[in-house]
Amino acid sequence: MLESNHVTKKYRRKAANDDLTFSIEPGHIYGLLGPNGSGKSTWMKIASGLIVPDRGEVTLDGVRAGRQTKAHTVYMATEDYFFNYMKIRDVRRYYEDFFDDFETPMFLKQLEEMEFDEDTKVASLSSGMMAKLKIAVTMSRRARVYLLDEPFNGIDLLARDTVVKTILERMSDDSAIIISSHLIEELEKIVDTCIFLKDGRLILMGEIEEIRQQQGCSLIELYKKLYA
Amino acid sequence: MEFDNHKPIYMQVIEDITRKMVTGELPPGEKLPSVRDLALAYAINPNTASRVYREMEQMELSFTRRGLGTFITEDREVYDEIRAKMVRECLSTFVRGMHTLGYTDTDEMAALLRDYKEKTEAGADSDTSKEEE
Repeated sequence: MLESNHVTKKYRRKAANDDLTFSIEPGHIYGLLGPNGSGKSTWMKIASGLIVPDRGEVTLDGVRAGRQTKAHTVYMATEDYFFNYMKIRDVRRYYEDFFDDFETPMFLKQLEEMEFDEDTKVASLSSGMMAKLKIAVTMSRRARVYLLDEPFNGIDLLARDTVVKTILERMSDDSAIIISSHLIEELEKIVDTCIFLKDGRLILMGEIEEIRQQQGCSLIELYKKLYA
Repeated sequence: MEFDNHKPIYMQVIEDITRKMVTGELPPGEKLPSVRDLALAYAINPNTASRVYREMEQMELSFTRRGLGTFITEDREVYDEIRAKMVRECLSTFVRGMHTLGYTDTDEMAALLRDYKEKTEAGADSDTSKEEE
């Protein structure tokens, strides 16, 4: 469904992405793993059409990532991107206006579960609450590809559980979810396939239950083996 | 549920379900949650959850009724087998532990076990008698 073909992107002379080739299939949750600076965010931005690679391309059902694929791709950046003056209600209206696939009932259900009040100002949210709000708006869109960049960064255990649940609830047979993280423990249970990047290159891709069975090691141990 | 990340997750979920069968939480013929709900309940990948049911069916621990979902086996013998297997596992852990401590004689182990049980039960009794006073 989503194909990364020889994607290469250089910043000055350093390659952030170096000949990345792999494919993403619907019905799976992928973990995009690697230490800081291994090229995870760069690839996500290319896959969502925000930046253009120097060489190669990412295509969604054969269409090059860009304006045409944006309607079917959701990208959740690591940084917080709501305007400070907004209330949660404004965030909802903003998404309703911008995205045809935004499902308001789904979003409202999430807000209720997260015990959010729509009158709350975005600027007053704690980092855990912000992470929850971000995942709620992101997963309330019905897209084919969800690109989540470090959704577990800087949040507590309880907020993490909520984020995990929200992601799992949206999982379906016709869409793919890709989660980047350098916190592997968070991903052990929810990811079925992992993609390991190192210095912008693909070093391993595989199903994690197979890896566990074949190598008898956890994702964390594999991570240490690959990057030590 | 806490997972051991060294073992396949689907196996650990199956172990948890069989434990629930033996403790009576899941009686024979009980309906199991949908794949989706199982995934949410254990906070695991839905593909792992569907593998749980696939493997369970192959192991004849469960069966599917078309359009109705997945059910725990109605076969009492399967329950007996699981219980027997769990007993074997407990015993093997115990015996291995005792071996590393130098006990090899079964009678000696049995005596220690009897002694231990008497002491802990006596302890439990004295606690309740205190409450009664």
